Amino acid sequence: MSKIKAIVGLGSCGIAAGAGKVYDKLNELIKTEKYKVSADKTSCIGMCYKEPLVEIIDNDKSYLYGGVTESVLEEILEKHTKEHKPVEKYVVHSEYTETEEDVFWEGQVKIALRHCGIINPEVIEEYEAKGGYNALKKIAERKISYDEVIEEILDSGLRGRGGGGFPTGLKWKFARQSESDEKYIICNADEGDPGAFMDRSLLEGDPHAVIEGMIIAAYAIGANSGVIYCRAEYPLAIVRLNIALKQARKKGYLGKNIMGIDGFNLDIYIKEGAGAFVCGEETALIASVEGERGMPRKRPPFPAASGLWKKPTNINNVETLANIPWIIDKGAEEYAKYGTEKSKGTKVFALTGKINRGGLVEVPMGMTIHDIVFKLGGGIQGGKKFKAVQLGGPSGGCIPASLDDTIVDYDSVNATGAIMGSGGMVVMDETTCMVDMARFFLDFTQKESCGKCTFCRVGTKRMLEILTRITEGEGKEGDIEKLEELSVQIKEGSLCGLGQTAPNPVLTTIKYFRHEYEAHIKEKRCPAKNCAKLLTYEIIPDMCTGCTVCAVNCPVDAIDGERKEIHFIRQDDCINCGMCFSKCNFNAIKVY
Amino acid sequence: MRVKRIEQIRDLKQQAGGEINIELLQPLLEKYKGKKGSLIPVLQGTQDIYGYIPEQAFLEISKKLGYKLSSLYGVVTFYAQFRLSPVGKHIIKVCHGTACHVQNAKKITEILQDILKVSDGETTEDKLFTLESVACLGCCSLAPVMMIGDETYGKLTEKSTKKIIREIKNSEKQKK
Repeated sequence: MSKIKAIVGLGSCGIAAGAGKVYDKLNELIKTEKYKVSADKTSCIGMCYKEPLVEIIDNDKSYLYGGVTESVLEEILEKHTKEHKPVEKYVVHSEYTETEEDVFWEGQVKIALRHCGIINPEVIEEYEAKGGYNALKKIAERKISYDEVIEEILDSGLRGRGGGGFPTGLKWKFARQSESDEKYIICNADEGDPGAFMDRSLLEGDPHAVIEGMIIAAYAIGANSGVIYCRAEYPLAIVRLNIALKQARKKGYLGKNIMGIDGFNLDIYIKEGAGAFVCGEETALIASVEGERGMPRKRPPFPAASGLWKKPTNINNVETLANIPWIIDKGAEEYAKYGTEKSKGTKVFALTGKINRGGLVEVPMGMTIHDIVFKLGGGIQGGKKFKAVQLGGPSGGCIPASLDDTIVDYDSVNATGAIMGSGGMVVMDETTCMVDMARFFLDFTQKESCGKCTFCRVGTKRMLEILTRITEGEGKEGDIEKLEELSVQIKEGSLCGLGQTAPNPVLTTIKYFRHEYEAHIKEKRCPAKNCAKLLTYEIIPDMCTGCTVCAVNCPVDAIDGERKEIHFIRQDDCINCGMCFSKCNFNAIKVY
Repeated sequence: MRVKRIEQIRDLKQQAGGEINIELLQPLLEKYKGKKGSLIPVLQGTQDIYGYIPEQAFLEISKKLGYKLSSLYGVVTFYAQFRLSPVGKHIIKVCHGTACHVQNAKKITEILQDILKVSDGETTEDKLFTLESVACLGCCSLAPVMMIGDETYGKLTEKSTKKIIREIKNSEKQKK
């Protein structure tokens, strides 16, 4: 008899899309013996736009289904159990059938995300079966010295995936050189950039890869204690990490004399963040782990010399660590095959915004933004015009459509004024106002500024006030210049990355979309028709049927007109709320 | 949000007299006694018990673990997670991350403010809902998103948002 296995993708995003209900239904169907199948779970495979996802393995053939509701699940199981054939219209990925979605996978190289959506993250044996912990075994069996491990990572060209892009091997070298009886390895899982969720996905989908990466890092630098600093907003990631840590301890990957390496002792514990963006900054993170306000500290001394509890500390990001076991296992040379001259390997991007196929993609460094947006991402929603991508969150900037041949590597992206950041890529179309976008990010950094440096604390506030004024039609001549001046001062006068990069979204939008700023200030007009106070609503007489819906819904009674007669908006009373526009059933309201 | 919380502690003083059972806190304090760097987990645990951090808890933590009240207050007001006033039964967290912002999350907050008759950060009169705006929940592909309790709701529209609230209200009525 053939075996059929149904695997439900249970990442946070899948659960939000209803995967939990599908999983319950599957178990119910199995319990009532309606279908003879086995159930399993995995995590996010990256096709977020097709959630909930269910993979069916039928006679060793795998079919990935998208948009699976409870009824679709039954339909699929029916077909597989009776005929052992797929229901093609729901298949989104399979070796055995072509689908429209195949292009989403073309050009992707999965190194960091190698197990996400494939293994059950709560079962350590599944990770081991895929070659997990082999890198650690290799180090123990071949007696590879810590210097050789550091050398290997240096050779691979791996750079910090959290945003800075500092060579990981070099960081380890510095931490190794600091002499101390106590050293710490910290995994920075405080993924705070709005629009980025690759770290969450990795922690939920492959926690052991991150843990193995930490163990190797600890070996290389000589750390005997590890901390994973994870956002409290990621409850599922914390649950799965705890399970994974428990399993790793049981199997002897954590503990005393790990893998028989004499004197290599390590345990790792989780510290939950409490909601402060600035804690992604190394020294602020350390302060937070110590139980204080997460305010950055002066550097030097760098954490590699004096970090957590004043001991040498090495901090790496989740994605960086997930790459480590792969590099040690397969070799630096293999890793360095991917990427560009100065940026090796792959990078995970969270593709979101006005894009058709939003999700997680992992591509070799050097792919163009155009290819990511249009090939993998399937272009812009509703066939609208592509305007820009925002890279690097609140510390990054907007790269305009005209520069979409920019390749993704640290140096090319930096040259545009944006930064690679953690890899959030928010796609914007013609309806996104760039001034509003800059205002949005300033609003974020202004709230998240810890307040230590005056320029960051007060400067971002002043910039936000100016931007808010511009979007509300109160912009003045000279505002753009004032924004530029403040930006320079904030960059120079701030201690940590938050302040030093906070003006980036403003600077890049001024650089590439100055005309939009000018339209707001001089013509009191928002070209993207986004800033409510700068819009004018008017009824198109030819289209109006006199249904009165607009007049009834107008909150300030600014619309006149009898039933079955053409209506008019009294512009003096109109507050530009857009209610009439959203309520009109006949497209009879014009916005300009 | 940070400035707002200072106002919240003023509110708290006005509501003083609300009875809480301080005994619930003892096992937590016992667990972390003498451990360095444990202030944040203690406060998180306290909030898990009471839903917020009551004044009495401040005094108790300070007494038992030896932290200064000023440093406790400093930490609590620094992190967005901590609350100084009681919250409603259901906490609605509307995501205002970049992806949600681009997909008009502002509108979702406005709709909720309208139907619940509260502003951001406030609790409804019937103590059923607290409305909050949060930075990224990490479900960007489902934008706009909100989280009520542990449940995440994605691809929100005006209609679906209203429906979700209505359903919770109805199920609460049935419980009564």
